Amino acid sequence: MEPGHLLAAEIRVVSIGLELFADALGARRVPVVHIDWRPPAGGEPRLAALLARAGDDVDVERGRP
Amino acid sequence: MSTGATAMASWNFVRKSFYQDSVTLMLLTRDMEAVPGVARAAAMMGTPQNLVLLHDAGLLAAAGEAAGPTDLVIAVLASSGAAAEAARAATERALTARPASGPPGAAPRPRTLAGALRALPGANLALISVPGAYAGAEALKALRAGLHVMLFSDNVPVATEVELKTLARERGLFMMGPDCGTAIVGGVPLGFANAVPRGRIGIAAASGTGLQEVVCHIAAAGDGVSHAIGVGGRDLTDAVGGLMLERALAALASDPATEVVCVIGKPPGPATRARLGDWLGRLGKPCVVNFVTRAARPAGGGSTPPPAATHVAATLEDAALAAVALARGKTPAPVEFTDPPGAITRLVEDAERRMRAGQRFVRGVYSGGTLAYEALGLLEARLADVAPGLTGGGVAHRVVDLGEDVFTVGRPHPMIDGTVRREWIEKEGAAADTAVLLLDVVLGYGTHADPAGELLPAIVRTRRAAESAGRHLAVVASVCGTDGDPQGRSAQAAALRGAGVVVMPSNAQAARLAALIAARRA
Repeated sequence: MEPGHLLAAEIRVVSIGLELFADALGARRVPVVHIDWRPPAGGEPRLAALLARAGDDVDVERGRP
Repeated sequence: MSTGATAMASWNFVRKSFYQDSVTLMLLTRDMEAVPGVARAAAMMGTPQNLVLLHDAGLLAAAGEAAGPTDLVIAVLASSGAAAEAARAATERALTARPASGPPGAAPRPRTLAGALRALPGANLALISVPGAYAGAEALKALRAGLHVMLFSDNVPVATEVELKTLARERGLFMMGPDCGTAIVGGVPLGFANAVPRGRIGIAAASGTGLQEVVCHIAAAGDGVSHAIGVGGRDLTDAVGGLMLERALAALASDPATEVVCVIGKPPGPATRARLGDWLGRLGKPCVVNFVTRAARPAGGGSTPPPAATHVAATLEDAALAAVALARGKTPAPVEFTDPPGAITRLVEDAERRMRAGQRFVRGVYSGGTLAYEALGLLEARLADVAPGLTGGGVAHRVVDLGEDVFTVGRPHPMIDGTVRREWIEKEGAAADTAVLLLDVVLGYGTHADPAGELLPAIVRTRRAAESAGRHLAVVASVCGTDGDPQGRSAQAAALRGAGVVVMPSNAQAARLAALIAARRA
């Protein structure tokens, strides 16, 4: 896929972080899903980076993806 | 709880494993500070950095000291335990009114990227605005899942940026950011973005508010935007080497809706500048560049002149107007002031007439980084003794950018929350040698619902205080936005003018006017 393809595509957004950005998109009827995000790895940034590198994408604390 | 020598005491309440984003935390802080008997309050996640901030503010107590990064710390400086408890109860009410799991009755929100991709099949872009310490990990996951990324977060290390952008290029994805405040892709505004018509001008920008200023002036001139691609403020440094600008230019070159391309950012590093000429040469479309420039540096081309088809603009406003002119087959003409010279002279004389001896300096208090940088360059070209940085230091003319990383740790961006800017406006307004306060007011989706209204109480207070000390304080501002924005540019400008603020048509014109006023005070 070339980056140019994004310019021709319908934008469908995964929002991670500030909910107000997801709200603004939703108000304009842009397809968006907002993640109920929590700091991964108990809030330890170095461990979070290692887990991301290892391909981890599971909410360990609550045991569900 | 700890008690001090005064009647006030600090009280901390901790909710374990209870993450809230910086905007929610700001709203909680506001609710608590409205409670009678509360002198100061803060709601923060218990990261080591935030605990230092709480300590320095005199708000940290024993319970807070033991908090971890995923714990919510409610800190209150109050006259009694009852007042502190009332503040805590106010946060509970606010959190119950707006649960993190989304609106009542809606499907539960996914907690991971995999869950989000199941909930929204065909998702193609991740908009990431988590705290900087976690942002790289989230962006890495999104790129690996095949999503383009817009990374709003700042405080991301440059090595992480290079790693993410290299991966994005390998996978044919856009990696916009970090510190990418705004983008418009196919008419969809992302992050802080203005309501502008779709059109034929494409923008690639290593600058958030620079991009906003350009698209708003394009809209005001009656033209429109095909796409506005933010690449992140550091993309043109030699450490990153334009990894995303090159991709953005290639995409705009092949985009049929884009007829003219506009490139903006701070001046590129020397190695990146050398390659930029090739990228611009391959565009095959008329092009405008504005590298928001400091006085001592050459404008636009530098040691490697841009290709002959490239128009070099001196300001963001001129870049927008030049792009519009090129799209209409006309020759670009720079603008100094929209109003005739006589009107500008009257503005300067009116502002300056009632000033007192010793009022000599321009003090810029900005929320937009590129707007601050542009103002600094324009002041340097016209005035001596302008402080070189944007951290508010220096004894003569100075500009502070309150969106700089150092001011945003643990806090929302000043375009969302004006608390810190109000403090700076009053601080700079109280200085006896301040002649002009120079401000930006940035509108758009995601920014404060009424930024002018949020700043005006501080502006009015500081002007009154100055008047009672025999000083007349000039306040010069520009409003970056459109009438299609949720806040409405005309309404915001009218509110500012109603309080005696001189509102100029662009940031560049505001900075030039401020410099003219100060030059008469030298």
